[in-house]
Amino acid sequence: MLIFEHSRTGRNGAPQSPKQKASVDDIPASLLRKNRAVLPEVSEMQAVRHFTRLSQKNFSIDTHFYPLGSCTMKYNPRACNTLAMLPGFLTRHPMAPAQQSQGFLACMYELQSMLCEATGMAAFSLAPMAGAQGEFAGVAMIEAYHKSRGDDARKEILVPNAAHGTNPATATMCGFSVKEIPTLDNGDVDLDALKKAVGPQTAGLMLTNPSTLGVFERQIETIAKVVHQAGGLLYYDGANLNAILGKIRPGDMGFDVIHSNLHKTFSTPHGGGGPGAGAVGVAKRLMPFLPLPVVDKEGENYRWLTEKDLPQTIGRLSAFMGNAGVLLRAYIYMRMLGREGMVRVAEFATLNANYMMAEAKRRGFELAIPDRRASHEFIITLKNEARDLHVTAMDFAKRLLDFGYHAPTTYFPLLVPECLLIEPTETEAKEVLDGFLDAMLQIREEAKTDPDLVKGAPYTLPVKRLDEVRAARQLDLAWKGVEN
Amino acid sequence: MPFIPHTEQEIAEMLQAIGVNDISALFEEIPAHLLADELSGVPTGMNEMEISRLMRARAAQHPQSVCFLGAGAYEHHIPAAVWEITTRGEFYSAYTPYQAEASQGTLQLVYEYQSMMTALTGMDVSNASMYDGASALAEAVLMAVRGNRKSKSRKILMPTTVHPAYRKTTQTIVQGQHIELVEVAYDQASGTTSLDALKQQAGEDITAVVIQQPNFFGNLEAVDEITDWAHENNILVIAVVNPLTLAILKAPGDWGVVGVDIACGDGQPLGAPLSAGGPYYGFMCCTDALVRQMPGRIVGRTVDQDGKEGFVLTLQAREQHIRRSKATSNICTNQGLVVTASTIHMSILGARGLERAAAACHANTLSLVKQLSQIEGVSCVFDSTYFHEAVLKLSKPAGEVLAALMDKNILGGYDLSGSYPELGNAMLVCATEMRTDEEISAYANALAEVIA
Amino acid sequence: MSDVPSELKYTISHEWVRDEGDGTVTIGITDHAQELLGDLVFVELPEVGAELTAGDACCVVESVKAASDVYSPVTGEVIEVNETLLEAPEIINDSAFDDGWLFKVQLSAEVELDDLLDADAYEAEIAE
Repeated sequence: MLIFEHSRTGRNGAPQSPKQKASVDDIPASLLRKNRAVLPEVSEMQAVRHFTRLSQKNFSIDTHFYPLGSCTMKYNPRACNTLAMLPGFLTRHPMAPAQQSQGFLACMYELQSMLCEATGMAAFSLAPMAGAQGEFAGVAMIEAYHKSRGDDARKEILVPNAAHGTNPATATMCGFSVKEIPTLDNGDVDLDALKKAVGPQTAGLMLTNPSTLGVFERQIETIAKVVHQAGGLLYYDGANLNAILGKIRPGDMGFDVIHSNLHKTFSTPHGGGGPGAGAVGVAKRLMPFLPLPVVDKEGENYRWLTEKDLPQTIGRLSAFMGNAGVLLRAYIYMRMLGREGMVRVAEFATLNANYMMAEAKRRGFELAIPDRRASHEFIITLKNEARDLHVTAMDFAKRLLDFGYHAPTTYFPLLVPECLLIEPTETEAKEVLDGFLDAMLQIREEAKTDPDLVKGAPYTLPVKRLDEVRAARQLDLAWKGVEN
Repeated sequence: MPFIPHTEQEIAEMLQAIGVNDISALFEEIPAHLLADELSGVPTGMNEMEISRLMRARAAQHPQSVCFLGAGAYEHHIPAAVWEITTRGEFYSAYTPYQAEASQGTLQLVYEYQSMMTALTGMDVSNASMYDGASALAEAVLMAVRGNRKSKSRKILMPTTVHPAYRKTTQTIVQGQHIELVEVAYDQASGTTSLDALKQQAGEDITAVVIQQPNFFGNLEAVDEITDWAHENNILVIAVVNPLTLAILKAPGDWGVVGVDIACGDGQPLGAPLSAGGPYYGFMCCTDALVRQMPGRIVGRTVDQDGKEGFVLTLQAREQHIRRSKATSNICTNQGLVVTASTIHMSILGARGLERAAAACHANTLSLVKQLSQIEGVSCVFDSTYFHEAVLKLSKPAGEVLAALMDKNILGGYDLSGSYPELGNAMLVCATEMRTDEEISAYANALAEVIA
Repeated sequence: MSDVPSELKYTISHEWVRDEGDGTVTIGITDHAQELLGDLVFVELPEVGAELTAGDACCVVESVKAASDVYSPVTGEVIEVNETLLEAPEIINDSAFDDGWLFKVQLSAEVELDDLLDADAYEAEIAE
């Protein structure tokens, strides 16, 4: 039932607004609203009950194992939320003067410094509001860098074909053309193809390492050399930073610019699809181009840098300061981990993934890249099950929901047929991983004996499989009132 | 170990299952000389008591001042229930609803959000939100360029009465795509977009025009006239609106004869705390004709195998994870959690509650401006109708005045000298429904002292 | 196995071309292409009067899982588009080679037709 269907004319949350409606008679009638907007008219309790019930229809980290590959669904410590929502932070106006905001700015400055240290970059801007915006900022800086040197011919960005879709989409947004580089069966970039592809037109290469295939790119030093010798820059997509945090730093691998998904590695909440934060870090030569705002420290005082300080900046990405509250949560998480906790993140995320991979193999599942170490995630391919039993990765994913597990990422990366990309994260206990794999095994048994059972799943959720074709053909995107 | 559940025994069992002796063996594919030393620049970890002490001390460094500052972020009352429900783990720690059956809570909520935004804006469709108002405007400009098939120029008319940070953000985001933002001057007397300056563009190939209502100065633009003029010249219209004011002001879908093509803005006034600048969310609504050009996620209502109502992400084929370099935008996320808060906020207040809050903002600002402009050395700059912000001219530099007010714990307004030097010593003030008569009088007294 | 009518010409990007014999051609996507895409939900057609160059991306067919560009196999002016598809894109799923045609073009250079694949060559292409 929609909130609108609980509505009764004249019912409202009266204590929540001023007691009387003030006059707006001085505003010309032609500029006033014609009809009152049709919003719900419900009591406060009805609203609370409705949205509490809606929440209960969700899977979430707090309620379910959520091994969604490439998304790093780890526990979001509650202290991060409680402390970021202290009134002293919540009531701060974004344009309040810096001298009144020293506590907040100190957190932001230290967050920038810790990110630099953890990634081996020279400077960070916290402005980007999501990973995709961080990518945008990074690629825009690459463009600005070449332009500042009068090198206008660099119009092409190289992207491995295993990359996230955001990489080519971002390059296009920044005005570049995109050339895809093939990937070898062992998961490494096809170095010969890369060598042939680079040239005076190359602006840069966007790389995720470990890659979306769940393996570490072993030839990274050679790749960096090839790209740099051709005059291009190296972009690090931080989607998989959780796998290597504190172990190896992108800056030491030769990357010139990186974005870090704070909602993945640094455990800020995913919130049903955002807000995230995609802080962007650079090597020294790209520092002049950082997006604003950036926090600086002068003596004991913190302040925002402006266009006057960074005249070559690529500019602003938001009206104010990006997702400040998200940044605070990441800061609190990092301080709780500390340097010793950061490296443990990578170690135990990797331990969990490799354990699951070994145990999946033992249970007879086929691995996409069987002979290598997993990073913090790994891939099962169900192509044999799809061929022999006509039960697909999608069917497995839906049936897992009945067992109380959120499905892994399905059908990504696109290179692996019928794939499940599984990322357990470091915060899950061994018995949870075992339980998930047992469920996978049971589903495969079901697929053999009663495939329709699997193909009809899920059965235990608020709805069964939904008609996506109807949703797209007969678009119903907003409630338009009661049909009479 | 913080947030890691493994016992020594389990670690040993897991390593044995993998067939290695220790965890470091799992990183053997990384070239050894590249492995990092200890991250000495990161402090050692803190437990929850220690971090709580630190954060409380940091928060306490911020003086609690009375806020008369708006300029795109506004202090409004938010019902206690809003963030209580929003931060339930089932909303807080869920991800993008890719598995629709396991995400009906988030999906239905977004559908209800889309319904509320189309109701407020009078538009046909809404997406599931963008990052913030400024980046939503940038995406609206890109969308207009894709959507206006009659125009080849990629020229956008951008009045200087649009929020300066919105204009800068748009410039940053669209600069790679050969789009030209053409400034349109404002009328010195009214502080609204100059219709003469606009009409000089008639007959040119223009892709779209942006109108902010209320504009950055708080003044009300002649939205009907501008919308109709634009449509007569095959120009798409992008409205930037404050959604709370739409409880009182004409919905963009009703501007002019046929309404605007795209409406966007920042959702902060609908349930997001000021929070140092974010997270807020951007909203984006458009006409049916443009729905396939709209970036970001969209939720649709459909049925399941048994014919039962349910909700899914739809029109995903436009998005980056499928369309890659040909996607409508690189955006993947929305600001889900803030949208959750906003949907609950709108449900509790209802249209009448929003109307009262908006009207109180207007009345308080009228009262504030009346009292302040009676002070010698303070005067109104523009003669138009304003909503809940207004520009005041001062006999001293605004920066000095605001700093002196700050010493009296009053956040007095926004110094306009940086973005609008032609206005001289001028500031933008705002009084929301949160300000009491006493606070407004106290501000007037304080300003009188400071300016004397 | 998809149907591949012998009287049509084809491209490797899965468009078909019917020579109408009067200097005009009719263009659509093949049965194989609609099978790959699955249930179509939307079609964006070129504008009548648009001048196309062979290889131009000129319209989009969209299913739940993909949005795919259609490339014009020939050079010329669009003289007619199949507007019934705007309301009923599923016609392409049901009848890719007949009722599901996309647009018609007045050819600028008829010789281009010789560069296209014949049915056998296309069949070999999709058999891979």
